[in-house]
Amino acid sequence: MNWLNVHARAFAQAVTRLASQPLGTLLSAMVVGIALSLPAAGFVLLENVATLARGVSGTPEISLFLEQGAGVDDVGEITRRLQQEAAVASFRHVSREEALLQLERGGLGDVLGGLGSNPLPDAFVVTPRGESPELYERLHALFSNWPAVEHVQLDSAWVQRLHALLGLGKSAVLLLAGLLGFALVIVTFNTIRLQILTLRHEIDVSRLLGATDPFIRRPFYWFGSLQGALGGLVALATVWLSVEALGPPAASLAATYGAVFSLSGPGLHEALAIIAFAAFLGWLGSAISVRRHLAERLV
Amino acid sequence: MINFEQVVKSYPGGYTALAGVSFEIRHGELVVLSGHSGAGKSTLLKMIAAIERPSSGSVKINGQDISHLKPTAIPYLRRSLGLVLQESRLLFDRSVAENVMLPLVITGHPPRDAAKRVVAALERVGLGGRDREMPAGLSGGEQQRVAIARAIVNRPSILIADEPTAHLDSAYADEIAKLFKSFNEAGVTVLVSTHDDKLFAEYRPSRLVLGKGLLIGAAAS
Ligand SMILES: Nc1ncnc2c1ncn2[C@@H]1O[C@H](COP(=O)(O)OP(=O)(O)OP(=O)(O)O)[C@@H](O)[C@H]1O
Ligand SMILES: [Mg+2]
Repeated sequence: MNWLNVHARAFAQAVTRLASQPLGTLLSAMVVGIALSLPAAGFVLLENVATLARGVSGTPEISLFLEQGAGVDDVGEITRRLQQEAAVASFRHVSREEALLQLERGGLGDVLGGLGSNPLPDAFVVTPRGESPELYERLHALFSNWPAVEHVQLDSAWVQRLHALLGLGKSAVLLLAGLLGFALVIVTFNTIRLQILTLRHEIDVSRLLGATDPFIRRPFYWFGSLQGALGGLVALATVWLSVEALGPPAASLAATYGAVFSLSGPGLHEALAIIAFAAFLGWLGSAISVRRHLAERLV
Repeated sequence: MINFEQVVKSYPGGYTALAGVSFEIRHGELVVLSGHSGAGKSTLLKMIAAIERPSSGSVKINGQDISHLKPTAIPYLRRSLGLVLQESRLLFDRSVAENVMLPLVITGHPPRDAAKRVVAALERVGLGGRDREMPAGLSGGEQQRVAIARAIVNRPSILIADEPTAHLDSAYADEIAKLFKSFNEAGVTVLVSTHDDKLFAEYRPSRLVLGKGLLIGAAAS
């Protein structure tokens, strides 16, 4: 009997057992699904907020303002250093004249004109390679020590805070997924335990007739994995329904802030990942249960 | 073919069910094992299928010592035997055919050939055409015959039966005995235990008689 046949038979047996107790199967799938829908929804929400954050700010930039007296040499030196810095993705030099022009176009020309001379310094706008707060800290410290640099300013500090918050959210969701995943393992463990009790006679008879341990265990593994996968489907359905329900109000909320935003549900990859994760947890629960409850050889 | 050497079996709790039993069964023999209730008949038969392990001594089948068989090797030993235990041990949520099919499912027999073998085995025990019925709807004797069909469906070379006629009236019991004789005539080594000394008398079988865990009588046919 080859590998495929062996598993096809065990799979069919697991499906038969699932189908023979439709109510129990449904209830277990609901318990597993509702438990998993929380972290699944958390992930979807985080994805959405992260997309939103990117859309609003682009990548945060760092501005370098040079001293008033900085000359062409200083600008050349900074340019050279920025070109050599690996953590810098791109940069733009904003000359004093250019800055003044921008302000005048912005309607402040009169005020500035009254000053007689251009009070604005040369500036560089730097886009770093990466978004981590550590990187920003490092570059901030580095640029501050360069000659002729008067002031270094991190733009969009709130985006960094948002990133920090997103990181925190990710940890919270992971923790939640871990806890509820553990619950799923326990639920499967118990389902399989009850099943082994119910099927005790059949298991004993099969052993008397020459059934090997893997032969007896395989259907339980499949059962646990299938039950987990069904729960994963319920979780997905729950998340999808929530997104459908919350999408329009979220969009109109965003519109009041002048933003265009639509809540999006899990994509194909995320969906498959959730189902696979649930199936894995089901398999784990059944494996532990089988190890625990089929260990002793009665016959 | 089957060799017991000084086999002792003490159950946990200290009761000694077999107190040093030695005998040999040759290929193709029909052997009747008798003895009073509690003499150790079931214990002896269970040892051949490694359901119980000897406390000391050795049990050999075809020269292989099975007293120290690795757990993973036990299923393969059992597949080479036909086993009818004292309790019929049918699955009552499965049809007659599914019960008889079980050993073939376990060995991964191709389904179409398995179905043919099931039909043949049921005909052999006189239950042809009853394959779709449920065991609960059968009489005790018929259930016992389903168990026998299940034991022979794998075409074993050794058939072990523990009081297959225990709950049957004598007419039924004689028919079962005749069945075992016919398997034996087809070349199967048959070892069957019974309370009833007269049961197999007309076939002049070899005899093993147990009393309080000891062999108190043996006769070759
Ligand atoms: N699992 C067990 N644990 C402890 N003692 C046992 C066990 N199985 C059997 N015994 C004891 O061993 C002795 C022999 O039992 P066994 O079942 O082999 O007898 P038997 O000859 O088959 O009897 P019967 O004709 O009633 O079936 C009995 O006294 C029984 O109580
Ligand atoms: Mg007995």
